[in-house]
Amino acid sequence: MMPDLGRYAVAVLSSYGATLALLAALLALTVWRGRRVKRQLAEVEARQARAPTEGER
Amino acid sequence: MSLWEYANPKKFMQLSAGVLPWVGGLTAVCLIVGLVWGFFLTPDDFRQGSTVKIIFLHVPSAMMAINAWVMMLVASLIWLIRRHHVSALAAKAAAPVGLTFTAIALVTGALWGQPMWGTWWAWDPRLTAFLILALFYLGYIALWQAVEDPDTAADLTAVLCMVGSVFAVLSRYAVKFWNQGLHQDSTILKVGEKDPIAPAFYVPLVVCIAGFVLLFVLLVLMRTRTEIRARRLSALLARERLA
Repeated sequence: MMPDLGRYAVAVLSSYGATLALLAALLALTVWRGRRVKRQLAEVEARQARAPTEGER
Repeated sequence: MSLWEYANPKKFMQLSAGVLPWVGGLTAVCLIVGLVWGFFLTPDDFRQGSTVKIIFLHVPSAMMAINAWVMMLVASLIWLIRRHHVSALAAKAAAPVGLTFTAIALVTGALWGQPMWGTWWAWDPRLTAFLILALFYLGYIALWQAVEDPDTAADLTAVLCMVGSVFAVLSRYAVKFWNQGLHQDSTILKVGEKDPIAPAFYVPLVVCIAGFVLLFVLLVLMRTRTEIRARRLSALLARERLA
């Protein structure tokens, strides 16, 4: 049930829209970068675990 | 057990992994309850009409914009004094979150100001101090990106953070210091005094503030974990290049 915002509807809805959009973008960027770095780290750690150590060469 | 043990990246990763789901859940509950309550279930103000609903976004974001800088200042001081890398990375992680809250406060303030004051913007002490705080956030983030050596970047940004703290304080107390301009002084701290906020607005506002605080904690924890991993990744890649 949408409240009657009267003549200030644009100001109120724009405020909520802009806030939710900015917070959603920040959260999405945080999650995306977090997953990317975690994956890259796992790849490098796995690669280095497979690589021969100094003594094995 | 000392608090400083959590400055160890491994301990921090363990602790934050356990805490994150709880913080995430509480954040969602507080934000959904607070914003739905504020938007759908509060009455119009007798003077401001429905624009009063902007309070549930503007006040919590403005509070957190300043508090994020204070958190960055504390973390920067810990870095400068005790050289704990996690604290420097936590300060770095908090900056984009603080900048986003500052942007929300400025945008919602302009959208609220236009119908109430008749203008989107005025060079009022509080508004101007807030704009300068936003510029400090941008400068802080840019400085982290510009300096290649992470310890040097942490040193320089810590100093910048201390300088910017002047504007974080000013943006909070500008109305008291200059006693002029369009922006009013804080009202929520005056509850119980002569000009309080009615409980119909105050209670959902407190829930929204709790939601924004928890959202800040959640995002900083997530981003600090990423920064710790990114630091380890660059160290491993550097070792690979040397081998």
